[in-house]
Parts: sequence; structure tokens; C-alpha cells
Amino acid sequence: MPRPDHYLSIDAANPRHAERALADLRDGLSQWRLALALARLDLRNRYRGSVLGPLWMSLSSLIMLIGLGLLYGALFKHKLSDYLPHLAVSLIVWQWMGGFINESCATLTSAEGVIRQMRLPYTLHALRVAFRNSFVAAHSLPLIPIIFLIFGQVPGPEALLAIPGLVLICINIVAGGLLLGMICARFRDIPSIVANAVQLAFFVTPIIWKPELLGNAMVWMAFNPFYALLETVRGPLLEGGGPALVWLAAIVYTTLHVVLAGFLFARFRSRIAFWI
Amino acid sequence: MARICAEGLRIEFPLYHFGARSMKKRLLGAASRRVKADAQNRVVISALSDLSFTIESGERVALVGNNGAGKSTLLRTLAGIYEPVGGRLTVEGEIGSLIDPAAGLDPLSTGRENIRLRALYRGLTAEQTAALEAEASEFSGLGEFLEVPIHGYSAGMSIRLAFAMATAVQPQILLMDEWFSAGDADFMVKAETRLEQLVTASEILVIATHDMNVVKRWCNRVIRLEVGRIVGDGAVGAL
Repeated sequence: MPRPDHYLSIDAANPRHAERALADLRDGLSQWRLALALARLDLRNRYRGSVLGPLWMSLSSLIMLIGLGLLYGALFKHKLSDYLPHLAVSLIVWQWMGGFINESCATLTSAEGVIRQMRLPYTLHALRVAFRNSFVAAHSLPLIPIIFLIFGQVPGPEALLAIPGLVLICINIVAGGLLLGMICARFRDIPSIVANAVQLAFFVTPIIWKPELLGNAMVWMAFNPFYALLETVRGPLLEGGGPALVWLAAIVYTTLHVVLAGFLFARFRSRIAFWI
Repeated sequence: MARICAEGLRIEFPLYHFGARSMKKRLLGAASRRVKADAQNRVVISALSDLSFTIESGERVALVGNNGAGKSTLLRTLAGIYEPVGGRLTVEGEIGSLIDPAAGLDPLSTGRENIRLRALYRGLTAEQTAALEAEASEFSGLGEFLEVPIHGYSAGMSIRLAFAMATAVQPQILLMDEWFSAGDADFMVKAETRLEQLVTASEILVIATHDMNVVKRWCNRVIRLEVGRIVGDGAVGAL
């Protein structure tokens, strides 16, 4: 058997969609070093010449946190020691997810120059955006333990459950990078729709407000996929684990997302080069 | 052994982001040879239609034809970038493409960083990366400019770097879009020698060109394309 990258066989009558999509995924993941290097270059270039550079990312989260924390803490009549840890976790996880959703619309269109000139797995481009956003989020991450320390909020060992929560989010991010990247390459109105949807999602998801405020309407929240995913990280850190329903919902949403992305990617992967 | 085999190869470019309806009327009305409606009634440009050929190890093929005949599209298809909507394509052997050697360069990175980035693009091991770095920095002759971001390079310097990186690894199948001609006179001589080495050491060469001197000097087979179809295929002398 020749090396896979030294053998190309395409038969339009027998397109082997699933097999070739899996090969793309495998090759893309195996080139994670390249994705990482490209993500780092993206950020370096974005902050070129800036004095504070990537520290701006931490700073803007901090400013947002203080501003929103003081205002909404007072509006909702929450104790700051209660409210700020909630806001810190919610906001920072949200910035990671929401920022990613917006940027993933350009996963493939922004790589146009490379896609048309080199044969590379498309998964690589999704991975690049995923890494880039995770770097950005990582800059705000230290704010969470700092705020926890200030307000004496020490999570128990169940905080470790946040790790599977983060894994779920990561899976969604790679699937979303391919799915949105593909749809947005084909239909150029989608990025604007997505931007609006993300903004709306920020307000209807318990980020600046606490889910308890909903009272009995709380059960409906499980239908909000952003809430479900957010809660798999926030629950373990703040509420000793998070409700079982939320975990179930998060796993169901992730599965659906992966199946949908996988199906569309397998079916239309070979068309991407013609879309961008 | 390297080998390329195409049977009934068909590539169509869909026209999505235009007013398809009015365009359809305008274009399809004119009984065009290239623009047509596909099975789903979309407007497509037929870039390559029904190409069949086999290229065996040792063959050096020139793709000739007018602008828009489909030469570059065929090269990109052989490189695995465009996937055919019809027919079969098998390419056995390591492909090296000199289609656009500047693709994937990061303008804000230094020359050396770009060489390392290229090594990552190619999936090279640490050892191969070091070899590529040594080879490309030596050949490009950029010296201390290697430590300068390449957006500060002159056009000639960029081409030297791109050329040095693209030609540092010997592939089995070499795909080229036009013969390079770049850089100052000194570098041209070096570049010519390097290209000759690469071309002669590759098992298969496929080059799209307009230059009959290149065809006569380097190729032993000519495939002539016209509006996406093969209209001639044979030895250099015969066409």
C-alpha cells in the first residue's frame, strides 16, 4: 500500500464520501502542529505593533466583568460575592463560544488563497480557528481563579467535572468550524444571520442574569443549547456539578451537532473548493 | 513507479454568487459551448470535459492551449485540489506542485519563519525541516534578509525565497504552471540549473505553458487543450 499522501484516487461514480471525509478529519488532526502555528501567527499579526498586545484580551474581559458586574449586580440585587464568580465563568466561557461561532463563519472563506493552491485537509482550517479562539479565551481564563480567590469561592472536587464539560465544548467547536465554515462559504448571507443569532443568544442565555431568576420557567432552559453547554462548565465550578438534565441535553446537542456536521461534510466536502 | 491515469475526467465550476436566473437566460440563450445547465439546473462553466489520458513514468508532458482552455484547472485537478464531478482520476506518486509557489506565505513573518511554516504545511519531520531550512536559506542567497519579515522584501527577493522553498524537495510528479523566470540575472542562472535538475530527476513532469522553446527543450509529449477538451495528444514533433 503506498503512502496515503502519495496516492490519489477519485472516482466520481463511486465517491466514497464517508471514507474520504474521515481521512480528511484524520489528516487534519494529525497536522495539529500546523494549525497551532497558523493560529499563533494570526494572533501575533493581529496584535502587531500593539504595546499591550494580547494582554488587551485579558484587559477587555476584566473591564467588561467589572462594568457588567457592578451594574447588573445592583440591578438584580445580588450580593457581589455571589454574582461576580457566576458572571466571570459565564462571560469567559461565552466569549470563547460566541467568539468562535462568529469567526468560524470565515473558516474556509478566509483560507481561500491556500485552499485553491494546495491540497490540505479542510479539518486543518477548522482546527486553526479553534486554536486561535482558545488562545484568546486562555488569556481571560486567569480571571476566574482570581475572582474566586477574592470572593472566597472555593469549588470542591466536583469542579473536575468541568473538564468533560470543556471537552464537550471543544468537540462542538471543531464540528461547528466545519459546519458553519461550509455553509457560510456556500451561502454568503449566513455570516450576518449568525452574528445576529449570537447576539440574541447572549441575552437569552443566563450569562449576565442567573438562571434561578427564571423560577418555574427554568425547565425550558434545557432547550437552549448554549445554556446546556455553558452549564456543564459553570455547574461543576459553582454549583457542585450541575443538574443531570443539563448534562443529558449537552450530550444530545453535541451528538446532533456532530452528526449533522459530519453528514454535510461527507456529502459536500468535494465541492468546497468550488464554493470559496 | 509514478503514474497518472484519467478516464472521462469532468470538472464544472458552478456559478453561485451571481444572479443565476438572468444569467441563465443570457448565457444559455447564446448556445454556448462552455456554459450550460447541470442536472440540478444550475448554471455551470464546463472547465474540463471528458478528458482521458494516461501518463507513465518518464513522460514529460506539456499542456498547451489558449487562455481559458483549462490548463491550470487540469493541473489543480491533478494536484487533488479540484475534485471531478465525473470520471475517474488516479495519481500514484509524490506530487510536487509549482502552481503558485508563493501560496501560504505569511507576509509578516521573516523568511526563516516562512521556511519553517512551509515545512509544517508539507508535514515534514524535524530532520527534514532542518534540511529544508539549510537548503532554502542557502539557495535563496538572502543572507541576513532571512531574519526580516518578508513584506519588506522586494518582488525579486520574495520570488527567490518562494522558488528556493518550492524546489528544495524532489517530487516524483512535478506539476508546473509556466516556466519560472524571475530574479536578477545571477539568480536566473541558478534557478534555471535547479529547475533542470528537478525536471530531469522527476519521474513525471506536467507543465502548462505557452512557450514553445520550453516544450521543445523539456517535453516529449504535448497535450493540446481547447475549450476544456483534448484536441491533440502526441509526441512533440507531431503537433
